[in-house]
Amino acid sequence: MILVSFEVNGTAVRVEVEPQDTLLDVLRQSLGLLGSKEGCAEGECGACTVLLDGLPVTACLVLAAKVEGCSVTTIEGVASMWKGEEGALHPVQEAFIDVGAVQCGYCIPGMIVSAVSLLERDPSPDEKTLRQALAGNFCRCTGYNKIFEAVRRAANRMGGDL
Amino acid sequence: MIRKKSGTSESLHVIGKNLPKVDAMAKVTGETLFADDLFLPRMLYAKALRSPHAHARIVSIDISRAESHPEVRGILLGKDLPTKYGILPVSQDEEAIAVDRVRYVGEMVAVVAATTEWAAEEASELIDVVYEPLESIMTVEEGLDEGKVQIHEYADHHNIHKMVCLEFGDVDAGFEEADHIREDVFFYEGNTHLALEQHAAVAHYRKDGKLTLWSSTQTPHYVHRALSKVLEMPASRIRVIATPNGGGFGGKTDPFGHEMAVSKLAMLTGRPVKFTLTREEVFYAHRGRHPVLMWARTGFASDGAITSMHFRTFLDGGGYGSYGVASTYYTGALQTVTYKVPHYRFEGVRVFTNKPPCGPKRGHGTPQPRFALEVQLDKAAEDLGICPISIRRDHLVEENTLTANYLRVTTCGLDECIDRVVEASGWREKKGKLPPGRGLGLACSSYLSGAGLPIYWNKMPHSGVQIKIDRGGGVAVFCGSTDVGQGSDSVLAYTVAEVLGVTLGDIQVFTADTDMTPVDLGSYSSRVTLMTGNAAIDAATKLRDLLFEVAAEELDCEPDELDAHDNRIFVCEDSDRGLDFIHVARKAEAKFGTLGSVGSYTPPPSAGRFRGAGVGPSPCYSYAACVMDLSVDPDTGQTTIHDIWLAYDCGTALNPVLVVGQVEGSVYMGLGEALMEEQIFRRGVHKIPSLLDYKSPTFKEMPPVHTLLVERWDPRGPFGAKEAGQGPLLPVPPAYVNALYDATGVRFDRVPVGPDLVLEGLERKRKGREPRVGPKGVPAVQWQPLDKVPLPSQNPEDEGV
Repeated sequence: MILVSFEVNGTAVRVEVEPQDTLLDVLRQSLGLLGSKEGCAEGECGACTVLLDGLPVTACLVLAAKVEGCSVTTIEGVASMWKGEEGALHPVQEAFIDVGAVQCGYCIPGMIVSAVSLLERDPSPDEKTLRQALAGNFCRCTGYNKIFEAVRRAANRMGGDL
Repeated sequence: MIRKKSGTSESLHVIGKNLPKVDAMAKVTGETLFADDLFLPRMLYAKALRSPHAHARIVSIDISRAESHPEVRGILLGKDLPTKYGILPVSQDEEAIAVDRVRYVGEMVAVVAATTEWAAEEASELIDVVYEPLESIMTVEEGLDEGKVQIHEYADHHNIHKMVCLEFGDVDAGFEEADHIREDVFFYEGNTHLALEQHAAVAHYRKDGKLTLWSSTQTPHYVHRALSKVLEMPASRIRVIATPNGGGFGGKTDPFGHEMAVSKLAMLTGRPVKFTLTREEVFYAHRGRHPVLMWARTGFASDGAITSMHFRTFLDGGGYGSYGVASTYYTGALQTVTYKVPHYRFEGVRVFTNKPPCGPKRGHGTPQPRFALEVQLDKAAEDLGICPISIRRDHLVEENTLTANYLRVTTCGLDECIDRVVEASGWREKKGKLPPGRGLGLACSSYLSGAGLPIYWNKMPHSGVQIKIDRGGGVAVFCGSTDVGQGSDSVLAYTVAEVLGVTLGDIQVFTADTDMTPVDLGSYSSRVTLMTGNAAIDAATKLRDLLFEVAAEELDCEPDELDAHDNRIFVCEDSDRGLDFIHVARKAEAKFGTLGSVGSYTPPPSAGRFRGAGVGPSPCYSYAACVMDLSVDPDTGQTTIHDIWLAYDCGTALNPVLVVGQVEGSVYMGLGEALMEEQIFRRGVHKIPSLLDYKSPTFKEMPPVHTLLVERWDPRGPFGAKEAGQGPLLPVPPAYVNALYDATGVRFDRVPVGPDLVLEGLERKRKGREPRVGPKGVPAVQWQPLDKVPLPSQNPEDEGV
């Protein structure tokens, strides 16, 4: 067992992990943050995408023991990244609901985290940048177009409101 | 009284509006609990040891090393669950865990439960199995060779699992009338669902003898039946709860061995057990699209009218039956519901092979023949010198008719669908004037709005809904339907909200729980919106009648003068005269007692009375027309799809934004099948069992999709609605190869077509060889004598049923 201290969604945590445990295992099983999903366990589907020190990573490929001192943001912490009113959704989450970008919902947490991360770095991405940023997130239901529309709408809304 | 059901003239408050899905908030915040998100106290984790052989006899299994692993709490072998099961009554050929023979690589041979997933996996590898490898069958051709090993003893003939030979009318006479006859062969490669959620199941067994299984299944009712059979336990002691499915597409419609195994292990260990398949295991669980080789001979009059059609299909079934008998019939069922086919002969054969079983994937058995038919029409149009639009548009089936194979077409908006995509795509301006390497392709299709017959033939409803009104004003809706992402929970809520006039926030939907909810047969065959929608209208209308009776007394009017909306019941002509819903509900409860109702739906009887008539009938059919615009790079073979237009007759769009989402998702999946997706094997081992290697379109490949809804109100649908979840996939693969032909002059009589095959086609054309890429022929089969069925017009007894 290894004792690891890091920050999740703004709260400091200390957990005991096995050497082979991934960040995804720890988030889901030790911390009960079940929003991040496993779709492949090989870093290919993006359903477990979280922010590690502000950058998107697939949590299934990050060893938990390596996140000592890091800051992690999961889907559960995304809403608080936006300086809106207490308890409100992040504009990306709102836009996903508004345009009907959610079907089965399994990819959605990872997709939203990737989109939020993109818009943090580039508030008005062009089409190519947007597609590139989300190409690592698989969705089997929507055909991507409504997700594209949702991220576009969120970008406009965030730009307009700032 | 079912107001609001009978037309579009009455004002609807909820139906037809772009509303959020009822589960959208939970899904964007990560709150939705899928099966793998369930953690119960003292829960064990299960892992399987799987066969490395495509076909082998199990000589011996030694579990002693695994048993001594300190974390192991239970080990299950095939002999512990020997009762065979299968989704279809005629194909009860599966074992939860292989007993003495394995029939594909990846079949479960043992299942271990341990305190951690790691330990379970480690221990499973300590099980020693001695196999005696057998000859394996890898292709349809090998399966048809009677000199080779037989995979199952119960098949129709040797390795022919199912053979169907049907003729409607006089096909030879129909060919005599033809001015032009085409014969073509086609191949549609198998592919898999690739739902993002890996299958997972959790079982809990209580000391009082009650078992609960949570599973990512699209068909909790059939899992319930199969569990009862395999566990040899009364179904009344088993509760199956389908968790929200993280995508299904047909891949979670069979009962699976891992569901049986966790149940039995929970009983043996007295602890909850979870089994989550890995991505690789999901590729082997499969039940996806059958690879189908096809031969089609069609006679045409000079104006393009079909005079006769003879279709042969050869399905590579994999190692077990699954839905395969139905799949076989489906490859011959829906050829007749788009264009008039006066005489029709269908011969189909499904062959067992030593590969993961194929089954139903979005469109179940119909995208393959639809591909063949639409490409052949394109060729025939060129042969006859008529345009691809008119060969279709001029010969559509008529509404309210029976097809040659006894399918009842109620409404058909395909005329309008074709007109809309032709106009929106600028077909008439562009066609024939595009630069070299760019092309336009057109294809049409149709799909079922639910199977007309249940899997187990009986007279009970296909869908049931129960509604309870609480004194606090809440409305609880119970239904066995399973939300796989398509929005079936939302459809229940919208329907009840519309009929009772309550807001969506006051409705709670409880679904897919065999103890709590009335049976719905499951999320397959695009049946849920139509069937649960009708059942919900039935249940809600009964309550509405009670509420309106009470309200009418107080408002001093007749019940049929009332309407309900936004938690108020009011006089239509004078909306200020009204009462709060909660007030009326309490008065109604005082008058009638506890407020609850049930509603159910059974499809109308189907018309055919021949063997096989159970596959194909549906309350109504959806229609689609698709145009694709693409360019081909002659140097790389890479295609760029510029735009896809898809017009869809979905009846009434209960929620247009959700219908468009289904269309876009179907187009995406059809595009994957057309361009790249392949479930392929080398000596029984999957070549590409990972999300990276199994190519599917990503954000970067997805072109713009222009969805055009054609709302042809259907009298059999809830508020006139038909299906939207599967049909829009069907025209995409043929539209793609028809566009490729327009761009390159090369015919691609198969899918997928990637850059390698495009280059091969271009090379053939350059060298003056036949500009075609596709199968060369079909194997010889000793077909049985045809079951000859008279046409409905020659069989007045059946007309109008």
